[in-house]
Amino acid sequence: MSLLRETLESGKFAVTTEMAPPKGTDLSHLVECAKPLVGRVHAANVTDFQSAVMRTTSLATCKILKDVGLEPVLQMTGRDRNRIAIQGEMLSAGVFGIKNMLALTGDHTVVGDHPQAKGVFDLDCIGILQTAETLMDGKDLVGNELKGSPEFYLGASVTPEYAPIEIQLMKMQKKINAGAKFFQTQAVYDIEHMREFRKLTRHMNCKVLAGIVPLKSPGMAKFMTANVPGIFVPDNQIERLRAVGKENWVSEGIKMAGEFIRQLREEDLCDGVHIMAIGAEENVPAILDEAGL
Amino acid sequence: MIISENKPMSEILGFLKNAEKVVLVGCNQCAATCKSGGTEEVLKMKEALESEGKTVLGYTILDPACNLLKSKKDLKALKTEIADADAVLSLACGDGTQTIVKNLKKKAVYPANNTMFIGETKRVGEFEEACKACGQCELGWTGGICPVTVCAKGLINGACGGAKNGKCEISQENDCAWVMIYERLKEIDQLDNLLEMRPMKDYSKQNNPRYLNIKQKQQQKASAKA
Ligand code: SF4
Ligand code: SF4
Repeated sequence: MSLLRETLESGKFAVTTEMAPPKGTDLSHLVECAKPLVGRVHAANVTDFQSAVMRTTSLATCKILKDVGLEPVLQMTGRDRNRIAIQGEMLSAGVFGIKNMLALTGDHTVVGDHPQAKGVFDLDCIGILQTAETLMDGKDLVGNELKGSPEFYLGASVTPEYAPIEIQLMKMQKKINAGAKFFQTQAVYDIEHMREFRKLTRHMNCKVLAGIVPLKSPGMAKFMTANVPGIFVPDNQIERLRAVGKENWVSEGIKMAGEFIRQLREEDLCDGVHIMAIGAEENVPAILDEAGL
Repeated sequence: MIISENKPMSEILGFLKNAEKVVLVGCNQCAATCKSGGTEEVLKMKEALESEGKTVLGYTILDPACNLLKSKKDLKALKTEIADADAVLSLACGDGTQTIVKNLKKKAVYPANNTMFIGETKRVGEFEEACKACGQCELGWTGGICPVTVCAKGLINGACGGAKNGKCEISQENDCAWVMIYERLKEIDQLDNLLEMRPMKDYSKQNNPRYLNIKQKQQQKASAKA
């Protein structure tokens, strides 16, 4: 059984982090960032061509992290692979003993660095979850018997600040029906929104990891609020950051993330957190220190 | 309707660089509505080509171009001009142009139009893509809004998390198909459809080229019953 599953199912507060594979074959920085996290996080989620940008694959990076001693979560999007490739990738993950998988539809190719590419979207995240369940049952999508099958703890994503929220809630229920056991949320900053989201989803049979993206500057906060779907940074947080002066932005952002995690825990507003440092993975231990984890 | 628009003149002149005498063929249906191949556009093209020094031996507006037998018959009216011409320029859609090709075995036929999509007229001169001809229509449970075409990712199980203020993640110009489907289903009291797990889409129905023979299909049905 995966450590992430064991942690969440035993009711412990889970901590996961996100790792982006590099554009290139040199994974040394990633490995350096990963080492101090061994024993401190329950799993590291490896992005799959995040934002539709070409990089090393999630699968290869998961394997490297696993070798370092960090439990990986394979991300699988529907953008780049048809159902044949998706199944093959899942079997390959099984070969490497990767035991967590997060199913995502994926950002559209036009937002990435190869906008000329043909988007695949043969399966959406529901189809990806169903596929994983089918393979775990020892069959492929057309009913052929498998010689050995993978074992995954399945997850998916949800955007708590989506409007109208009913659309996300219905899809969340569908993802649960398709096999998702845990959810990773889009980055949240407003505690009130998490209170509301907990209320709306408490009855659902799943675990929720709140998404944490530490702020690095007031500009980043404003940009995300304006441009990134489902992200909303309250004004008073942008103000707080601005007030400390440029040289303290990063450390203040880390502090704010830590405080937010403490509050989420105290009020039991989620079952764990998923920290996405986006290119500043080396700051994750500091966030955990601030959060008392 | 098939939506098409004229190619840039430079591209058309490229096709015709070795052709002196030309016959023009338009289409009175979709291409006429799209203002890419009706009488007006064909006459404009005639003028433009003549100002480039070409001789336009004649023209016709098929109605429609994409009916093989009908356009064969209608092209006969221009038989001598076509025989004399170095090339035929079609202002129909890609389908109409290919129909003309099939009817003019030994003649070079060039397209003057780019065929863009299947869609509807929103208002005069404004068109919107509506159907990708996926072979397995989903409109029955989506409140009549096509997720295959209108959703940028062609999702069939509901919205991705990418919409912002009801707009699609790929462009602030486009409404998110799934927000629209949600609103529409709410209106007609069928929101439960969104909770239903959709089977994985059978894309084999989209494999090219596709073919339909109604008579043959009916015979097959009848013999299956017997
Ligand atoms: S689902 Fe959409 S693309 Fe498919 S046939 Fe219906 S309208 Fe056309
Ligand atoms: S934002 Fe809406 S229309 Fe755009 S890809 Fe996502 S679900 Fe489809």
